[in-house]
Amino acid sequence: MKIILNIWRQRDAKSAGKMVRYEVPNASEHMSFLEMLDVLNEELTRKGEDPVTFEHDCREGICGCCGFMIDGVPHGPQRGTTVCQLHMRHYKDGDELWLEPFRAKAFPVLKDLMVDRSAFDRVIAAGGFISVNTGSAPDGNALPVVKKCSDMAMDAAACIGCGACVASCPNASASLFVSAKISHLGLLPQGQAERDRRAMRMVMKMTEEGFGYCTNTGECEAVCPKGIKIENIARMHRDYLKSAFTYREESQAGGAG
Amino acid sequence: MALNLDAKIPSGPVEQKWQKAKFEMKLVNPANKRKYTVIVVGSGLAGGAAAASLGELGYNVKCFCFQDSPRRAHSIAAQGGINAAKNYQNDGDSVYRLFYDTVKGGDFRAREANVYRLAEVSVDIIDQCVAQGVPFAREYGGVLANRSFGGAQVSRTFYARGQTGQQLLLGCYQALERQVDAGRVKMFYRHEMLDLVVVDGRARGIITRDMVTGAIDCHVADAVCLATGGYGNVFYLSTNAKGSNATAIWRAYKKGAGFANPCFTQIHPTCIPQSGDYQSKLTLMSESLRNDGRIWVPKTKNDTRDPNTITEGERDYYLERRYPAFGNLCPRDIASRAAKVACDEGYGVGPGGRGVYLDFSESIGRLGQNTIAERYGNLFEIYERITGEDPYKTPMRIYPAVHYTMGGLWVDYNLQSTIPGLFVLGEANFSDHGANRLGASALMQGLADGYFVIPYTMGNYLAGVKPGGVDETHGEFRGAREEVEQRTKKLLSIKGKKTVDDLHRELGKVMWEDCGMGRTAQGLEHALERIPEIREEFWKNVNVPGSGTELNQSLERAGRVADFLELG
Repeated sequence: MKIILNIWRQRDAKSAGKMVRYEVPNASEHMSFLEMLDVLNEELTRKGEDPVTFEHDCREGICGCCGFMIDGVPHGPQRGTTVCQLHMRHYKDGDELWLEPFRAKAFPVLKDLMVDRSAFDRVIAAGGFISVNTGSAPDGNALPVVKKCSDMAMDAAACIGCGACVASCPNASASLFVSAKISHLGLLPQGQAERDRRAMRMVMKMTEEGFGYCTNTGECEAVCPKGIKIENIARMHRDYLKSAFTYREESQAGGAG
Repeated sequence: MALNLDAKIPSGPVEQKWQKAKFEMKLVNPANKRKYTVIVVGSGLAGGAAAASLGELGYNVKCFCFQDSPRRAHSIAAQGGINAAKNYQNDGDSVYRLFYDTVKGGDFRAREANVYRLAEVSVDIIDQCVAQGVPFAREYGGVLANRSFGGAQVSRTFYARGQTGQQLLLGCYQALERQVDAGRVKMFYRHEMLDLVVVDGRARGIITRDMVTGAIDCHVADAVCLATGGYGNVFYLSTNAKGSNATAIWRAYKKGAGFANPCFTQIHPTCIPQSGDYQSKLTLMSESLRNDGRIWVPKTKNDTRDPNTITEGERDYYLERRYPAFGNLCPRDIASRAAKVACDEGYGVGPGGRGVYLDFSESIGRLGQNTIAERYGNLFEIYERITGEDPYKTPMRIYPAVHYTMGGLWVDYNLQSTIPGLFVLGEANFSDHGANRLGASALMQGLADGYFVIPYTMGNYLAGVKPGGVDETHGEFRGAREEVEQRTKKLLSIKGKKTVDDLHRELGKVMWEDCGMGRTAQGLEHALERIPEIREEFWKNVNVPGSGTELNQSLERAGRVADFLELG
């Protein structure tokens, strides 16, 4: 089948970009979307043109590398699916599509469809962890975890950090991403000691990185390839609010002894 | 050059070796640790765990990954689980049994002392991961759940749905980011290692390319750890991520590090079959599916009927027939070869007859669709997304694919290669899986090396050397950098007719046909003839568009394929 693509081409972070029209005359319904782009890129390379840059790695929907907008929707039209797992059988001959990078202040475009999502790493570094040095852990079964809590933590932990939530949000908020980590760790007994600090620091960092606030639009949940639920954002707000009233930085005097 | 392969295995009974080694290892004074810089290349389970743990100890760590974040490393794609000799199930497991199974599963080609240590620290890995908040599956009483996996007759596998690798990697990534925040680890993302620098016989740094700006930089350290994974993409199609490559270990080999067992490649039995020439990679279906799925082919050759209309009597459950004790849970190499035999004989199903059925109808009938959905729901979804078929209704089609490379850089008991100061962790080394890796053992090995082995053995090495003393103006650094720049220039100057992928596909085809499952003298000789031809063509006729001073994905791929062509 023939697919017509309008792709955002931008040389580097500083250059201006524009839409360029391409045709892929021989796409197969069994191809993944990225394999269809591979075919286009091979063709461009043969013609001596610059192939389209897009991020990808595992092509199994788990690494979180891939992701761009197809007709204004992150990862394209199929729910719960990253673009690497989207297959061409969902399109028909002659379809015309518009591909753009994720757009957000905190995600500067690096080239074509590739953006810099390192802000996510910095938000995790601000508090998205449990402080436990290697070697200091008690036996794995010493602390029972209610199955329901463990399952809910797993639901939140399934986030792949692709950034679709940010790209879909009219405020470019990272609330779904941040709240997924706050929920994952906050739902587990191991995560309680740092729960207040984590919420406070991660939310502050998110704002500092240039992500917007959440206004409960819900676009993020609709486009999340891993089905992360918006209830996590409610939990984040609860933790943040509680933390705002009760959390104090560590005593300057240090620990006992 | 003669290699000195002293494995430095401690004396004494196997169960006391690690205790003895740990006690005998030299220590670095806490106040001196910050004077040492350690480079870790790779941020997967082995590299991430090593960088985080060395950072916690107080060393200066520089960690490199080619992706946009350490959380993208391909460890994330591991589905099934991680083994540990906890014996929580009271079913007869022990450190010794895990050790025994791993050595036996590897056809007795693994180094026993390393494997025993691996089994020993496996229990600590689970504790560490639980404490980090890894949401392992739980029983209703709140304790950790286990399943039997990939040929094991005890239930020793811990899992987090079908995303165990992801969850372990995120635990590791969070620990790493904590050290980044603490200033103990400096993370270099979107940086690719293009050469190793050896000064006076010791590994002293690396040359990298900043994949955004194209800048070639020198990084100096007191020791270098490579945790860069396997080289399965030498076959072009594999279950590896598209970016997985051999460049780091191949460059180290060219600088004098020994390479061991390149002949041992794991072909995984349960992957989704190839659908066309444009195919860019193969997708693994966790072999945990074999716990509840039954593998069969029709008893008649070239049977193209709808599998649901083929009656029980017309099906050959060949694994159950040939291996009644293990049935569908036989080890990976056996299951893969059996599938190939069935297809070679003409019993295969699906396009080109390159597939066998993995059927869940019996277990759905016995346990109900909900139980099956709870165990494998996400895997069934992946399958349906890729093939457009619903495995709850129609049996899955599977075929073996390249999955893991047991071979890698040779290391001694301390994970040090033949170059002093160069340590190799995880899939990149050769030591723990022999000729065949058991299911759920890769995650175990990566984390064992990173969390519990390298923090000791690195200290032992550094305690014997003075920190610093070399900088990037040293001749070896300048020379290596020059070489990398020349090579990049050369790749860009050819501007031939074939794309990098064209040539990579050609290499992959030769590798799969001649050096895959079932090898013959004739096939290997053919490969020995063809590969140098492809290599020659590559350096004459490859077309790498663009320049070296920008983000250039074709150039990145070209460099990797050039190394695959030498390794192949």
